[in-house]
Amino acid sequence: MSTLQATAAITSANPPAYKRSRGHWANVAARIVRNPLAMTAAVILLALIGIAVFAPWIMPADPFATSMFTRLKPIGTPGHVFGTDELGRDLLSRLMLGGRLSLFMGITPVLTAFVIGSGIGILAGYAGGFINTAIMRTIDVLYAFPSVLLAIALSGALGAGIVNALTSLTIVFIPQIARIAESVTTQVRRSDYVDAARASGASAFTIVRAHVLGNVLGPIFVYSTSLISVSMILASGLSFLGLGVKPPEPEWGLMLNTLRTAIYTQPWVAALPGAFIFITSISFNMLSDGLRSAMEVKQ
Amino acid sequence: MTDQRDIGGPRQPLLQVRDLLKHFPLKGKGLPFTSPRSAVRAVDGVNFDILKGETLGVVGESGCGKSTTARVLMQLINQDSGELVFDGETVGSRALPLRQFRRQTQMVFQDSYSSLNPRMTIEDSIAFAPTVHGLPSREAITRARDLLARVGLAPERFAGRYPHELSGGQRQRVNIARALALEPRLVILDEAVSALDKSVEAQVLNLLLDLKQEFGLTYLFISHDLNVVRFISDRVLVMYLGQVVEIGSSDQVFDQPKHPYTRALLKSMPSMDPLQRTMEAPLAGDPPNPINPPSGCRFHTRCAYVQPVCSQRAPTFASDDSGHGVACLRYEADTASLFSSEASHA
Repeated sequence: MSTLQATAAITSANPPAYKRSRGHWANVAARIVRNPLAMTAAVILLALIGIAVFAPWIMPADPFATSMFTRLKPIGTPGHVFGTDELGRDLLSRLMLGGRLSLFMGITPVLTAFVIGSGIGILAGYAGGFINTAIMRTIDVLYAFPSVLLAIALSGALGAGIVNALTSLTIVFIPQIARIAESVTTQVRRSDYVDAARASGASAFTIVRAHVLGNVLGPIFVYSTSLISVSMILASGLSFLGLGVKPPEPEWGLMLNTLRTAIYTQPWVAALPGAFIFITSISFNMLSDGLRSAMEVKQ
Repeated sequence: MTDQRDIGGPRQPLLQVRDLLKHFPLKGKGLPFTSPRSAVRAVDGVNFDILKGETLGVVGESGCGKSTTARVLMQLINQDSGELVFDGETVGSRALPLRQFRRQTQMVFQDSYSSLNPRMTIEDSIAFAPTVHGLPSREAITRARDLLARVGLAPERFAGRYPHELSGGQRQRVNIARALALEPRLVILDEAVSALDKSVEAQVLNLLLDLKQEFGLTYLFISHDLNVVRFISDRVLVMYLGQVVEIGSSDQVFDQPKHPYTRALLKSMPSMDPLQRTMEAPLAGDPPNPINPPSGCRFHTRCAYVQPVCSQRAPTFASDDSGHGVACLRYEADTASLFSSEASHA
C-alpha cells in the first residue's frame, strides 16, 4: 500500500503525467490472480506440464522396460510407487512420459482450431448477410455430427497415427469455435461503437483490428480453453480405439485401454490413467471458468 | 470565419435530401429465394435541406423513422433510392467519395455507453478516427486531449480512463469529442441528450451551442423532447410514419403549427402553467403500422380534421414564401374547401 501511495504522490508532483488506467489485460490478470479456484487449477496444470516436459530426466524407471515377474503390482510396491502395468512396466514413469503426448494432443488441436475457427467466425460475423449464411451453413454440416463420432470417422478415414488424430480433432473443433466467434462478432458488429468507427471512414479491416478483435477474442479464448479437456478425452478415446497413439508409446488414453483387462485384479492401478485425464480436464475447465469471470467488463 | 471546404457558398444548403426511401423487407414471409412481399416503410420519400450553420430539429413519435433517417444520412445503412447532396456534390459521386463525405459528417448516438468501445481508453476512442485519416498517432492523441479539455473533461484525469469509469454525461461529452475529432461540418445528434438527466442535459446542450459557435458547425438534432428541440433549433422538421409532414422555422412550427399532427404533438407538451393544464390525451392510439400505412394521408386515422377525401388522396408537400412547408389537404387549393373553416372539435 505504501508504495502505491508513494507512486501517487510522484504522479501528482509532475502535472504532465497523465493518469492511465490499467490496460484491459492487466485488469484480467489482476482479477484471475485473486481467484483461488482458478489459481489452484493453474498450479496443478503447471505442475503436470512441468512433469511432462522434464519426464525423461525425472522418471524413476525406464517406462519401456517390461518384466514378467513384476506384472500388475499394486500401488505402493517398493520401487514402483504407482504399481506396474500388465507388462510389468513402471506406471509412474509411464504416466509422467505419457503426459507429454496427452497434453500435446489436448492443446494442439484446440490452438489450431482457435486460429482457424476464430478467423472463419469473425469473417462470417463481420461480413453478415449472404457470406455469413454461406459460411455458417457449411459449418453447420460439420457441427451436426456428434463430436466423438466425427473424430472417429475422420481418424478412421485418415488412418491411425498421431498427425491424423490431431487433424481430425482440429476439424472437430473448428465448427464449434467458429460458431461462438460468429455469434460474438455479430453482437459486436451491431454495437454503436462499430457504427461510429464505420462513420469515421475506417476500412472493415481496420475496424476488425481495432474494435472487434479486442472484444471477441476473450470469449472465444475462454470457450476454447474449455475445449482442451474435451480434446484430451477425445484423443484418449481415439488412442483407446487404436486410432491415435500406437503402443508401446505411453499415452493416458491408450494406457487406460490396455489396463482395462486388469480392472478386476488391480482396480486402483487400472484407474490411475483415467484419474490423470480427469484431473487435467477439470483443471482446464476451472481455469477457463476463472478466465471468463475475470474477463467480464463492468457495464 | 471562412472555411476553405465551403465550395457552394453560403446559400448552398449544406445537405440536400432528395426523395430518400428506405424500406426494411420483412424476413420469414413467403417462400425462400422469393422476394418478400411486405416491408417496413421506415423512410418513405423524405425531402429536406439542412442550411449552412443552422440547427435543424427533427421531431416525431417513436418509430416514425427519425433514427433510420439519421443512419441513412450517415450512410451506415444504404437507401433504397434517393440521393444526398452535400454542399452541391452528390454523396458517393466522383466529386465527393463516401470517405470524404464521412470526414465532414459525424454522428453522436443516443446510448453513450454502447457507442464507446468498452476495451479502449477514451483518448484512444477519440483518436481513432483521425488516425484512420492519416494523422500520426502522437498528434491524434494530442488532438484527443485538446478535445477532451474542450468538452470539459480534464485530460490529465480522464484521458486514460475506460468508458465504465465515467458517468453518462461524461461519456456523452466523450462521444461529442469523438464526433468533433475529424473536424466535421455537419454533426448529426440522434437523441444525443435524451438519456441524460435534466441538469446534465442542460449542460450538454449549452456545450453543443458553444461548440457550434466555435467550430462553425451545422447540427441535425433529432429528439422526441419538444422543449429541447425548441431551445436548440433554428428550424424544425416534423416526421410522421416515414414522411415529412411539416417544416419551418422554430417559431413558425411551435407558434403557428399548420399540420394537425404538429398541433396534436404540441398539445401533448405539459404546460408550465397549472391553469393551462392539458386535460385530455390529444392524440388517441398508437401510430399505424408502417408495414401497411393508411391510404391517402397517413395521418387521417388519428386526425381531428379528417374528411372523406383524406383517405383517398395523399397530400403533396408545399412551402409558402417564408419557407413554412406542410403536407396537408387543408392547405391545398382544390381541397381546402372540403374542410370547414375551423374544425369544431379541434
